[in-house]
Amino acid sequence: MTTCTDNWEQVEAAAKTVLGERLAEYIRRATEKPHPESQLIAVLHEVQSEFGYLAEAHLDAVAQLMQVPAAKVAGVASFYHFFRLKPRGKFMINVCLGTACYVKGAERVAQKITEELGITWGETSKDGVFTLEGSRCLGTCGLAPVVMIDDEIHGEVTPDQVPALLEKYLKKARE
Amino acid sequence: MAKPKKISLTIDDTLVEVDAGTTIMHAAEQLGIRIPRLCYHPDLSLAGSCRVCIVDVKGMGYYMAACSSEVWEGMVVETNSPEIRQARRDIVELLLDNHPMDCQTCERDGHCELQNLAYSLGVRARHFEGRRKRFPIELSSDSVVRDSEKCVLCGRCVRVCAEIQGVHNLSQHGRGFNTVVAPAHMKNMDDSVCIQCGQCINVCPTAAFTEKRSAGPVWDALANPEMHVVVQTAPSIRAAIGEGFGLPPGTPATAQMITALRRLGFDRVFDTDFGADLTIIEEAHEFLTRLKGGPLPMITSCSPGWISFLEKFYPELIPHASTCRSPMSMLSVLAKTYYAEKAGLDPRKIFMVAVMPCVAKKFEARRPEHFLELPTLSKGEGLGVRVPATDAVLTTRELIWMIKCYGIDFVNLPPGEFDSPLGTASGAGDIFGATGGVMEATLRAASELITGKPADRLDYTEVRNVEGLRETYVAIGQHNIHVAVANGLTNAKIILDRVKAGEQFHVIEVMACPGGCVGGGGQPYPPQGVKVLDPDLLRRRASALYSIDSEKKLRKSYDNPAIDEVYESFLGGPGTDKAHKLLHTHYHAREPRGIK
Repeated sequence: MTTCTDNWEQVEAAAKTVLGERLAEYIRRATEKPHPESQLIAVLHEVQSEFGYLAEAHLDAVAQLMQVPAAKVAGVASFYHFFRLKPRGKFMINVCLGTACYVKGAERVAQKITEELGITWGETSKDGVFTLEGSRCLGTCGLAPVVMIDDEIHGEVTPDQVPALLEKYLKKARE
Repeated sequence: MAKPKKISLTIDDTLVEVDAGTTIMHAAEQLGIRIPRLCYHPDLSLAGSCRVCIVDVKGMGYYMAACSSEVWEGMVVETNSPEIRQARRDIVELLLDNHPMDCQTCERDGHCELQNLAYSLGVRARHFEGRRKRFPIELSSDSVVRDSEKCVLCGRCVRVCAEIQGVHNLSQHGRGFNTVVAPAHMKNMDDSVCIQCGQCINVCPTAAFTEKRSAGPVWDALANPEMHVVVQTAPSIRAAIGEGFGLPPGTPATAQMITALRRLGFDRVFDTDFGADLTIIEEAHEFLTRLKGGPLPMITSCSPGWISFLEKFYPELIPHASTCRSPMSMLSVLAKTYYAEKAGLDPRKIFMVAVMPCVAKKFEARRPEHFLELPTLSKGEGLGVRVPATDAVLTTRELIWMIKCYGIDFVNLPPGEFDSPLGTASGAGDIFGATGGVMEATLRAASELITGKPADRLDYTEVRNVEGLRETYVAIGQHNIHVAVANGLTNAKIILDRVKAGEQFHVIEVMACPGGCVGGGGQPYPPQGVKVLDPDLLRRRASALYSIDSEKKLRKSYDNPAIDEVYESFLGGPGTDKAHKLLHTHYHAREPRGIK
């Protein structure tokens, strides 16, 4: 990096406070690679895996540490489906909406989940425990309808089973 | 350098030979074929996003974008067939489907590239009726208004902001139907690193970016018999205003412009060039002081977009910016002090209008530093009143509209002359509007000041028509002055980084807009077929200013008798405390800080 702002020390310290030393170090190493500008997506992935989402403050800190304009960072982060700009819950619920699951009643399962949690697609429950997402196909059509919570697959889910299923994770969250 | 390889191809049954690396669009132009286009701009990087310039290339299973596809040996291109014309028409119809289509009430009516395209491609009916995107108009900025409903996502504004201005304020947020062009995190323009230059307005094919309107308060003041309404016009207005009335670019129209302003009802018509002459003298004095005690280089400060850039991107260089107010601000201050006193007017009753080629001037006028503390009235009223020195800033475009609205036959107007005492100006003031002009005017004055003799040289052609960036040495007395001129802030960055690295310069002129003020964000939209930022258009406007300068008897700011008069009877001389208080200002670092 050849240029930086007049108050660089302040800016750098603030960015490090937001992201933490580990990520700051990750970014430093990324910017030393041959095409630093191509590292932006990799850096955003790393930041999201740390915080679960990308807050404005995270994006601004990335912009400063990489010396990439904030508008560009925000543009990239808001373009890709994988990047989340809002906080996500402790557990990610992924309801499969692929053809097989849909035919087997995924819609009704999803409906039950939204009723139980009071949220809709893409939202996070008030207690911060669950975020609800839909996927096209999880590749386990034999188990339809499928609900994936974090990395765990739950097959042949019926709407009646939903409260107990959620309760299991609520208990985990309380531990 | 080796000669580029030649490529032969056929376009519309005609054989043509072009350099390797040429795009289909440019190859076709060599045959006089103008392929319709929208997102393409010759001075910006390629986006290839609008697909309006599609052509049929034999053997390809799909239409190719002519702007972004390079030719190859033996390529067979068809630019015109019923199918291609239909496809282009469909593309534009789809853009329109998601567009407000309020042409008659739109700021850009008659100058809209989308409107022109729809007409020329034969869109005569709506075949698609789909969802409309809805966004509120964003009015936070003093200069630039953002209306995302009119955006066609061509990305020209994003590119001009990043590539020409180096500001990188805009990007496309989100994707697909929900894509919005906005500053980082969809913040308001006012909370962004925007420097208010208005080049996004100039390059926008529609009206997704427009200037903040100021004509309302001006009409009100003109209709108010209690107000004494004074107007000043910047140098580059006279070089461009004619374009609004069908005159060819580069036609000087000072005399008609003055008459038009009088007919609109302005009580006094002053010349910003007078302010420019004053700026030059103050700046020459400042330069002499800096030559003895630093800090050097001195960087010019007339361009408010540049000052905004300085404060957000290079605050460490603030001590180098000349403390002189801009010519607009100097003239406004004198109108409400010196002129008010002379004419026996209450400055509270003076409404000061400035016609500028610039939208950033609207921002400058609102800066608290450019407010004026008015003296207490004898009756004890108006204690400590702070008023703006400039009450309203109109762009060239707004003035053109007002003249049309009033029903004035601009082209056939009898000539008029500026009023005294703030209307007499030297040619040095006129050339302020072109890149290098402030430098040339400064050199004319500085050479007299440094050598103590009348300048033997008036023309400094080496700093004229600067395409982006130029530096040179000028001998004045025993000094060898290292000067640089930059227009477009990406060019300015190159010089500024060298200053930061410790290189020695004496004077640097920076203008935010390409070509200087003649290419400002408030200038007329160019006539159909001419691209904004076109170097030839900018040169023609600049040449109007150079011809006005060369035809004047008065060519040096020091020779201006009106300036002598104001120094003698009011300011007490250049660089005095009073001159400093009224004619100088200061700058400060601003948030958010830009990333260079």
